[in-house]
Order: sequence, then C-alpha cells, then structure tokens
Amino acid sequence: MIEAHNVHKHYGDKAALDGVSFRITQGEVVGFLGLNGAGKTTMLKILCGLLLPTGGSVVVDGVDAVSDPLALRRRIGFLPDRPPLYGDMTVRQMLTYAGRLNGVTSARIDGRVTDVLALADLAHVADDLVETLSHGYRQRVGIAQAIVHEPKLVVLDEPISGLDPAQIVAMRGLIRGLKAQHTVLLSSHILGEISQTADRILVLHGGKIVAQGVEKDLAGGGKKRVEITARGSLAAVQKGDLLRAAGVADAEAEDIEGGLVRLRARFDDDAAREQLVKTMVEQGFGVRAVVDLESDLEALFLKLTGGQSTSSTQPGGVA
Amino acid sequence: MTEALLIARRELLGYLSSMMGWVILAVVLLADGLLFNGFAMGGEKKSFEVLQAFFYFSSGTTMVASIFISMRLFAEERQQGTMVLLETAPIGEHTVVIGKFLGAWSFLLLLLALSGYLPALVLVNGHVTVGHIVAGYTGLAFLGAACIAFGALSSALAKNQILAAVMSATITVSLLLAWMLAKKIDGTLGGVIGFLDLFDQHYRSFSRGTIKLASVAYYAALAYGSLLLCTAVLSARRWRA
Repeated sequence: MIEAHNVHKHYGDKAALDGVSFRITQGEVVGFLGLNGAGKTTMLKILCGLLLPTGGSVVVDGVDAVSDPLALRRRIGFLPDRPPLYGDMTVRQMLTYAGRLNGVTSARIDGRVTDVLALADLAHVADDLVETLSHGYRQRVGIAQAIVHEPKLVVLDEPISGLDPAQIVAMRGLIRGLKAQHTVLLSSHILGEISQTADRILVLHGGKIVAQGVEKDLAGGGKKRVEITARGSLAAVQKGDLLRAAGVADAEAEDIEGGLVRLRARFDDDAAREQLVKTMVEQGFGVRAVVDLESDLEALFLKLTGGQSTSSTQPGGVA
Repeated sequence: MTEALLIARRELLGYLSSMMGWVILAVVLLADGLLFNGFAMGGEKKSFEVLQAFFYFSSGTTMVASIFISMRLFAEERQQGTMVLLETAPIGEHTVVIGKFLGAWSFLLLLLALSGYLPALVLVNGHVTVGHIVAGYTGLAFLGAACIAFGALSSALAKNQILAAVMSATITVSLLLAWMLAKKIDGTLGGVIGFLDLFDQHYRSFSRGTIKLASVAYYAALAYGSLLLCTAVLSARRWRA
C-alpha cells in the first residue's frame, strides 16, 4: 500500500528526514510516534503530496508521489493537526465542498455526505455552522472531510490532540472504524494514543526510523511486565530464590509500607508467572494482587530516542 | 474547470458571509456616491463630462477595493489552516489560482454593478450613450482584474493579509507612476515604460467611452502574468515547508 524508500528532506543544510524507509500494507492502522521535531509531520506531508522529498521515493497504491502527485492526492485523505474547515460553512456544506473538490461527482455527493455524517456521528449537527462546534466535533468533521471521497489511505496528524477523555474514547472508536475501508496512518507524540489505536508503530527520531513493530515487541520482546503485591517481608526469605527463578527476568523486589512486599518482573510465559506465585505462597507470603503493568513503551521510547527532544535541531514548523 | 468554479463560488460566498466583504461594499459605494456628488456633479458640466469624471474617480476606488478584496486570497487560508484543503485536493495549482481569481473578480464585478445607479442617473437625466457606460465599466472591470491578480500574487507571497495589501499596493502604485519615469527616459525604453503605465496610458480612453483593444490586451496580459507567477509561487511551496 505504502512504500517509502530512503526518503530525505532537507531544509537548507538541516535534515528533517534522513533516510526514512518503511512499508505499510492495505488495511493496517499504523502509528507514527515521535517527539516534537522528530519529522513526523514532514513525513506525513510528503505522503500527502504537500511537500516534495529532497531524495528517495514514496509510492502509495502503486503511484509515485513525485512523478504523479495528482493521482497520489486522489488516493489520500488528510487531517492535519488543525482541521482545515471554514467556520462560515455548515457541516454539510463543508463536506460537500471537500468531496466535490476531491472529485466526487454531483450525482454521488449527497449520498457520500450522508454516509460520512452517519459514520462520524455528525448527522445531528449537519446543519450547524462549523464555527459553532466544539473542538471534538471539529475533529470529527476533519476526519469526515478526509474520507468523504473514499481515499485508500487516510492520514491523521495528531487527531486526538486537545480532546477531553470522553472525546478521546469516541475518536479512537472512529479511527478504528476506518480500518474496514481504509489504510490509516496517524501520528502522535502521545504514547497511550498510539498504542491503543494502532496495529503497528513506527518510532521516528531525529528524522530516522529508530524502531518499528507491534507494541508488544517494542515494549519488551513479548515478555509481559507484572507486579505482584504480597503480605510478608523479604527479610524472612532468600530473596535470590525469588528473583532468579526460571522464566523470570528483570526482577526486582522491595518491602513497602503496610507490611507488604512488591515484586516486579518480566515472565517468559504465564506458567513462569504462576510458578513464582506458587513459590511465594509456599514461602509464606500472602499474595494480594498480581497485576499486568501498563506497557512500558514509554520507557522503550525514551531509551530509543535518548530522551531528548529534537525540536531545537529542526527548523520551525517541520515537526 | 468544475473545481475552479467550485473554488470561485466558495470564495464569493466567503466574501458575502464575512464582515470584511460587506465593509468593502459599503465603504466603496459610499465613496463612489460622495465623489459623484462632490466632484462629478460639482460645477457646470455637460453630462458626458460628469460620466467621465465618475469613471475617473471610480478607477481609484476600484483599485483600492481590489487590493482589499485580494489580500485575503491565500494569506487568510494559510492563517486559518484551510489552505491544506486545496493543496491536498487532486487539482493543479493553476486551478486553485483561477478559482480564487474568479471568486475575487466576481465580487468586484458585483460591487461595480451596485454602483451602476450613478451612471444610470446620468443616462436618464442627461445626454450620454449606453456605449460610454459600457466602455467605462469595461475599463473598470479590466483594471480591477489586473489589480486583483497583483493582489493574488502578493497574497501567495506574503505571510499575512496586511503584508499582502502593502505589496499589492506597491505594485499598483509603481505602475500608476510609470509615466513619470517614462518622461525621464528617452527612446524605446522610455516608450516601453510609458506603455506599462496602468492608468494614464490605458484607462483614460475607457473613461472617455472608447474601448482600445491594445489596452484590453494590456490589462489581460498583466493579469495573466501575475496569475502565472502566483501559480509558480504555490508550486514552489511544495519544496519548502
């Protein structure tokens, strides 16, 4: 669906993208993760034909981004970080305009607008002026205008930025719903957003792809990180027996308040976890809780990127 | 062409739904009316002289209106973040430029049409021909087209609307004053610069009721050249941010 090969983008002597290569297949929801200034928006703009690369190639659905930009744009729907909406238009007028501009015929436009109004749950505000809508609804209209012409690829730049928690949940559902008919590429610097929405993640830093894969693999090679809380004290047992058990890695244990012990570790599989719990019970611990920790993608991301923002090394607006 | 007309329609409706559009209409029509009463109708004049004076003053208000109408064409879209809608649509830059130009020009033509009651009064109460009025409005329409094209180019280049208006005004005033430079230069070059004069060389004949094809071609060429440059500016933006 998308093949980017050795893509470079320079602004003067500064490189916003430095040899970016990736492949995305039809129907995937892929997340671009990176700090501000990492090159996410630059890459998305190249994919949408808004910018031309300095070097390398980008092919979307068999169409080269440089040699046939109009054919490329027919295949893409784009929602930038700020929805491109006219405040003086109603939602219906806005979607009709965007659709017609993107080649939807006058015979089909009413049907398409009705469909996307329903899909984005906008039917009840269809005749409201865009300028009267909340930020969340504007984002929905932004997505609706990006899909009204039925593009194969939908590109969303920071789609959940600025939304409240309820709107975020709704937006995630909407984005996941696009998967049935579109390939979706979204960018964010918010880890939770990417991990809960995307099938696969591309981590961009300093204009380069520094990691890619599914969240589980990125987060820890498929090993789950688990926290066990138990009543007892480490002073009463051989701590090494617990931490060096078979199938257990990166283990650490400590006494915490209330006469409890907290143990955190990665396990090769569920059997290893159950075995450790059994061992603890046999040694007299009263196991209170066994909890899968949240993904430590964040830790991995900081490790990959060195925990540094690249915004100071990039020209303004190229993030 | 369908997309260009779509953009033109959106542009025209944009003027009509904004305070700016109505302010431009009101101020220009008020200025036209005041100038008509204060100067064109002042003193003992024959009716064709009144009409000639009306078209003389209207050229000034038309040029000023064109600058204010066109300053928003691209600068406002960029400021509001809506330019990306046009830039990601499967249409060429020339289509966007044509659509924008047609929308702005349509608004100017609407403004000119609304001022039509003034020459109509002269026609009813005096002795002028319809041809004089048609020639005068043809001149205003072409002069306005050229100024709007300057404005479109300036708006594509400038970061904001104010800067666009200043750039557009600078181009317009430079061409208005070309006759002064032409006077100082002898020979062919002086003749060429004199021919480029926006008002004295080309507009006066329209205001007297004569349509010169050379002047029509001149304004059309200015508009075409400016819009061509505007298209090039938009295309070049794809190499930058």
